[in-house]
Amino acid sequence: MSASAPDATVKPASGFRLDLKTVGPLLALALLVLLGISLNENFLSYSNLTNVLARSSFIGIIAIGATFVITSGGLDLSVGSMAAVIAGIMIIVMNSLIPSMGVTWGVVLFGMAAGLVVGGGAGIGNGLMITRGRIEAFIVTLGTMGIFRSLVTFLADGGTLSLNFQVADLYRPVYYDGLFGVPWPIIVFALVAIGGEIVMRRTAFGRYCAAIGSNEQVARYSSISVDNVRLLTYILQGVLVGVAVLLYVPRLGSASSTTGVLWELEAIAAVIIGGTTLKGGYGRIWGTVVGVVILGLIGNILNLQSFISPYLNGAFQGVIIILAVLLQRGRRAS
Amino acid sequence: MSHAADASAPPILAASRISKSFNDVPVLFSVDFEVRRGEVHALIGENGAGKSTLIKILSGIEQPSSGTVMFDGKPMVLPPNGQAEAMGIVLIHQELNLAEHLTVAESIFLGREIRRFGFLDVEQMRAKARSILETLHVHVDPDTRISTLSVADKQMVEIAKAISRDARVLIMDEPTAVLSVGETQTLFEQIRRLTARGVAIIFISHKLDEVMALAKRVTVLRDGQLIATVGTEVMTPDSAAQMMVGRELTNLYPPKHEPDVDAPIVLSVRKLEAPGVRNISFDMRRGEILGFAGLIGSGRTAVAEAIVGLVHRTAGEVQVNGKPVNFTRVAQSVSAGLAYMTKDRKGKGLLLNMGLRPNLTLLTLGKHLKAGFLDFSSEQKALDRAVRRFDIRARDPSVAVGRLSGGNQQKLMLGKTMESEPDIIIMDEPTRGIDVGTKQQIYHIIAALAAEGKSIIVISSEMQEVIGLSHRVVVMREGRMAGLLEGAEITEAEIMRYAAGIKQSGNDERISA
Repeated sequence: MSASAPDATVKPASGFRLDLKTVGPLLALALLVLLGISLNENFLSYSNLTNVLARSSFIGIIAIGATFVITSGGLDLSVGSMAAVIAGIMIIVMNSLIPSMGVTWGVVLFGMAAGLVVGGGAGIGNGLMITRGRIEAFIVTLGTMGIFRSLVTFLADGGTLSLNFQVADLYRPVYYDGLFGVPWPIIVFALVAIGGEIVMRRTAFGRYCAAIGSNEQVARYSSISVDNVRLLTYILQGVLVGVAVLLYVPRLGSASSTTGVLWELEAIAAVIIGGTTLKGGYGRIWGTVVGVVILGLIGNILNLQSFISPYLNGAFQGVIIILAVLLQRGRRAS
Repeated sequence: MSHAADASAPPILAASRISKSFNDVPVLFSVDFEVRRGEVHALIGENGAGKSTLIKILSGIEQPSSGTVMFDGKPMVLPPNGQAEAMGIVLIHQELNLAEHLTVAESIFLGREIRRFGFLDVEQMRAKARSILETLHVHVDPDTRISTLSVADKQMVEIAKAISRDARVLIMDEPTAVLSVGETQTLFEQIRRLTARGVAIIFISHKLDEVMALAKRVTVLRDGQLIATVGTEVMTPDSAAQMMVGRELTNLYPPKHEPDVDAPIVLSVRKLEAPGVRNISFDMRRGEILGFAGLIGSGRTAVAEAIVGLVHRTAGEVQVNGKPVNFTRVAQSVSAGLAYMTKDRKGKGLLLNMGLRPNLTLLTLGKHLKAGFLDFSSEQKALDRAVRRFDIRARDPSVAVGRLSGGNQQKLMLGKTMESEPDIIIMDEPTRGIDVGTKQQIYHIIAALAAEGKSIIVISSEMQEVIGLSHRVVVMREGRMAGLLEGAEITEAEIMRYAAGIKQSGNDERISA
């Protein structure tokens, strides 16, 4: 037994496996693009691609928040219902301000602010129950998922909340217009993604998220305020749901009990497809972005071809999610 | 003591020239062991002497690297995964293996449920459980949930479970470690009843008085070697302690430099009380190495965690550099210059899925921020420094630290702790499970830190280590300070006497100035 020889257990093969892990989602994306091109020559058209990306950006922005939550070992199932409630409250706030403020950008800005505040508040609620209340994240957010969903149904009185059409006209460019031909949702999604990547990689907060998700005890023994970091991830998630809804409301100008249904599923799926570990401890934002685009392209490709019914979109997404997790586990076992 | 054992009876279970290695590290060297019908055979030795490995081999959980196990006089390969229970060899683990949510009856018949027409025969199992408990004189209702039982009662349930399996050999790993004196007496009565029925018992304990009271023969292991098997009638607690530890100190340890007598007191603890900790008082000087010895579960870690604020203390006072402190978060103790290095490398010390760099700086990430963002090059410099200073060897620093050897993990954890530039360091089992070469390196690092003026508490279950390093030694027993040894008093036999409760310090509050 010599004094700690260099570890022979470190096999050179590990480098190769790491590459595969990184390349996996990109490979899947490339395959989808090739498939799309072979099926329809319009696939690569600028209008088709911006359309796909703009529609994906709501899920994308939410999924970036979910990446932080999941990396730190948490889970937020309430994001879809939360989005619906935020949309509903934004519409109510804007409609109720019109008599006093008229149809102005002021009304829209108030509505946006309300959206962010409600999102942040919902995140604080989730986060406090999970950290201070010591209740499982799964249970808390399953509960708030039901609460938010029924709240929007109540606010809409079982029907649909519609934004005053004049304000909707004013607000509409936020979804449909853009800068240099790139729609606003894509620009915001890109900015949030870049910001998220920086926060995850280059800040203490990002490092702490991974540390807590990897082993909460180690984090605690390393003088990290585990509860505060956890709480912050849920607040960030809430605010980002708010941001997504700011871009979503001008698209349809309405909210109902079916708004944002299954968004939580798509957001979590995108995170997992992107290579973030479901149990926490490792997360990557760019992977989530790739995951979101993969999900968006699957739906798009199904719409562009005529062999398989586009109604099977959900089934394809489901298969992809299960495959992604299976691949993750396979890597760990090897 | 009446034993049904017949000295001439053939052994039920015997091990002959058993050796065992884990990953080329030998832990048992050609050990012989046997137990006869109706006999209590005690197995003693320091932590790491190979007791656990031996009983794992005797119960089939591990297979020997060489040598044979004989059951009823016939050599055989015991089936793994506890299937040896069906043959009548039952191991009761120290941390009892009961499902907390089941009832007593369900636990006793777990895995061997009585069925009627394919359905569980709950009535019959309950009745049988009751009758077994009655024969053992255990007053526990078969419908009680395990989670509501005391540790002692849980142990009785384990014994009842073993009886229901017609155990012929019962192996008990430190059954009394968590029991009170009264509960221990009840357990002993139970054991005597079992031996009267012809059950053979292998009994592991650190408490020599118990061993003397209960066992007919004692086998002493040390460093994986069989030292002796002797009858308790020719043994004294002192001679047992000598056999367990009797070994020359080598130059594994660096020479000790006593701290100056007028060195200032940096840490002062008075009448500290916390869960599992009673009335702890001691002082520590600048440049001193203070050893904490004692058995596993004697409260040493609890003292450390109460001092640094991982656990809230319920009473008492702690002073750092003369100032009273009451840490409620680890961050506070770290910024006061007091760091605790956990004994649980993998569970509490290191993020096993991450590389060396994030692990090293996790405790002190604030030092590596530039305009709010992590400065990777500053982190890398810290890692380069730590790798040189602590001789951390990893071919690739991006490799997950879970894949490093225990020694390199330990040195990385030491580096992480020292990143906070503490003046007082509490090292909990700093050399647990690492090879002897790395141990020596760590001992020299500890001595060098003390020579620099750091004050170090070394908590260790290896008495060698405590003696080889410490200027003074606190011996803990059952959450209290059993003794505080200085100078020539620091011997293994003396520590063992305090730790095993043979000797008790007359004055609990004895404090060295």
